[in-house]
Amino acid sequence: MADETAALTEAVYYILLSVMTPLHGYGIMQKTEALSKGRVTLAAGTLYGAISTMAERGWIRALPGEHSSRKKEYVITETGKRALSRELERLRELVANGETIIRGQENEG
Amino acid sequence: MRVKAKKWFWAWQFDKEEKWLNEMAARGLNLIAVGFNTYYFEEGLPGEYTVRMEMLNSWPGSAVSRQYIRFVEDTGAECVGTFLRWAFFRKKTELGKFDLFSDVDSRIAHVSRILLLCGIVSLLMAYNIVNMTFQYLEYQNFFMAFVGGFCVVMEVLMIFGIGRLWRMLRKLKKDRTLHE
Repeated sequence: MADETAALTEAVYYILLSVMTPLHGYGIMQKTEALSKGRVTLAAGTLYGAISTMAERGWIRALPGEHSSRKKEYVITETGKRALSRELERLRELVANGETIIRGQENEG
Repeated sequence: MRVKAKKWFWAWQFDKEEKWLNEMAARGLNLIAVGFNTYYFEEGLPGEYTVRMEMLNSWPGSAVSRQYIRFVEDTGAECVGTFLRWAFFRKKTELGKFDLFSDVDSRIAHVSRILLLCGIVSLLMAYNIVNMTFQYLEYQNFFMAFVGGFCVVMEVLMIFGIGRLWRMLRKLKKDRTLHE
């Protein structure tokens, strides 16, 4: 997905929101579930793949942390924040268009 | 009490294997180890665990795989064993739903990984068949005919398996055109 205007997956969107404050993998899973009120669950394998790609892309970064702690913590980067606000714009457009057209039809009918 | 069960699954039947392991778990037989067509269970409470299996990106002993297994374990699951490139995980049902993949893309990536490996084995078999045929024509050696025949049987099975994985992949890709 080299295209900067392409839609983020739900997983990526929620991971970015979750790591506004540093979190480890399991924390991201729990936060995503809480934010979406249980609708979105991130499975471990899917989450791991997404985290690796996002870290490569520079959207999130792993915190150095102590060596004793096994759980790596991740935090969003400036690039990640930009991706998140682009996505928010895109979602606003989707909602606005949906509401205008669907409401318009309801009024006519 | 420990229970040992022998059962054979081909790589392309991984979904059936996982289903069987979960049926065992539902009866209170919890997976504790795996080996060559052998599964070891421990008697416990029915439905205590959910079992998931995955073909890893590289061998279980590699640094990449060890890191991945640790990541999955940090989410409350445990890796009960590995066999070839497969890893077997279980998680207590009371800790919540357990899945390794939660979107179509990662399921596609997983099936593709299995398909690629089956494809490589199938090519090796094809190479062997051609090789053995030429050798046999030249030396009329019975042993070569036997090995060649075995490879033909394996190849037929591999092609059947690849077909199954291919259909699985096509169905997933169709799903993706509608939702992630």
